[in-house]
Amino acid sequence: MAQTVVAENDTGLPLKELARRNGLSAAGALPSLSAYTRQLWAYRHFIASYANAKVSSSLGTTRLGMLWQVLTPVFNAAVYYVIFGVIINTKAGVGNFIAYLCTGVFIFGFTQSTVQAGINSITGNLGLIRALHFPRASLPISVALIEARNLIVAMFVLMTIVLITGEPLTVEWLLVPPALLLQSIFNAGLAMFSARLGSKVTDLRQLIPFIMRMWMYCSAVLYPVQRFTDHLHGWKLELIEANPLLVYIELMRHALMENVQLAGSPRRLWVEAIVWALVIGAGGYVYFWRGEKGYGRG
Amino acid sequence: MANNLEERVPTVIADNAHVIYRIYGSVTAGSNSPVASFRRIVTGKKSGAVREVHAVKGVSFVAYRGEAIGLIGSNGSGKSTLLRAVAGLLPVERGSIYAAGQPSLLGVNAALMNDLSGERNVTLGCLAMGMTPAEVKEQSGDIIEFSGINENGDFSSLPMRTYSSGMSARLRFSIAAAKKHDVLLIDEALATGDAKFRRRSEQRVRDLRAEAGTVFLVSHSEQSIRDTCERSIWLEKGALRADGPTEDVMKEYEAYMRK
Repeated sequence: MAQTVVAENDTGLPLKELARRNGLSAAGALPSLSAYTRQLWAYRHFIASYANAKVSSSLGTTRLGMLWQVLTPVFNAAVYYVIFGVIINTKAGVGNFIAYLCTGVFIFGFTQSTVQAGINSITGNLGLIRALHFPRASLPISVALIEARNLIVAMFVLMTIVLITGEPLTVEWLLVPPALLLQSIFNAGLAMFSARLGSKVTDLRQLIPFIMRMWMYCSAVLYPVQRFTDHLHGWKLELIEANPLLVYIELMRHALMENVQLAGSPRRLWVEAIVWALVIGAGGYVYFWRGEKGYGRG
Repeated sequence: MANNLEERVPTVIADNAHVIYRIYGSVTAGSNSPVASFRRIVTGKKSGAVREVHAVKGVSFVAYRGEAIGLIGSNGSGKSTLLRAVAGLLPVERGSIYAAGQPSLLGVNAALMNDLSGERNVTLGCLAMGMTPAEVKEQSGDIIEFSGINENGDFSSLPMRTYSSGMSARLRFSIAAAKKHDVLLIDEALATGDAKFRRRSEQRVRDLRAEAGTVFLVSHSEQSIRDTCERSIWLEKGALRADGPTEDVMKEYEAYMRK
């Protein structure tokens, strides 16, 4: 019998001690948070090219290809225009309802699609995870990057709609990039949260559509925010006003449109937007990192 | 192989390693109804939809620098799972596995993106192994040439879904072999590809070993194990059955398989 396991370890040391003496590290050990961040930074080129690859592979089989990046938001806006602008022809007490509505839909859609893609970013890539070594946070982060890139295209469509519907081009439009940056950080954190949750609780994917719909109705996307401020009081109103998506939507409306009534003062909205971005961004990152060791398990 | 014991540097140590898969959604007959699911939740019985497969059961070994080790065993004996655990891609349930540097697994089912061209897959794969964009640029020509996918026309610019299985296995091997690894784990990759590519890849495995690495090879081809490995580990039903010089282990294995 060629049972040489014991004989191979001819130093007579316990295996653990032998490993320690030769400076071997446990396979799949959790790196420290700072080491993990450095690793992730070293993989930035992978993250970028993975995001690019993902977009071109999903659109590669369509004939119009990259044109869909522009067409999708255009169709999205057209549907809402036909229903609310032509068929119902509502004003809902807002001067420029189409621009108001489209801003809400686009900004909400940004977070919604990030969460939906984020929840699949681990479970949908098990093959890649089990084959190659890279910091797993690359996957939800590239998801957030893809959606941010889609949004930039969508923003040009949105700005065109806003201008066509009669809003002036003002200095306040300069607030658009910082607002989007904050929302992107918030989204990346949310993508990491949902990636780890989705990999552990596989039932969550069935619930996401309902959670997102509930969130949409709480974010004053389809109706003016005054519905909330007029009818709710006390903690309920506080809760609604702290809703991060309501904050980001309101900020964008404030930046793009004149004469729009906000839920709170712009200063308060900005503070809330920064706090949400930092808390969810950092929290999601730490939460995802804590689970790094277990993502390969199917 | 090493004539002086002091010179033997361990690169991989498995210390009583156990790997358990948890499988969701393996629905058996009779449990696939809402009522059955509800009853499971109410009675708190362990869900039938989650099953555990104990794939590797307490395996221990020490691998040294410069060794090429063949992993043999019948189908489903846990060879590939053990490699994944050594690579740190699958967490161990109990025990531990220690490794020098970062072991790289090279498998035939390593997922690259099938809708992308071979060239872009080379770039993506190299970046995922931690190369810098400059290194990738420098090496991608060599990788494609080594893989030989352009021998029958310009295939490197076509999507990988158009490749034959041999071609895509060759490309994956070429990508992984482009980098120097402390520990290289090869999962049946040499079995695919034609005779010419097999010779080339066996030469590359020898080169990688010469660069002070350790190579693990899983293969059902006894010939390629005999040709490349002087030590073999035999796994059966997740447990280690034999570990020693390839000739001895192979003899026992063949006797077992004939039964």
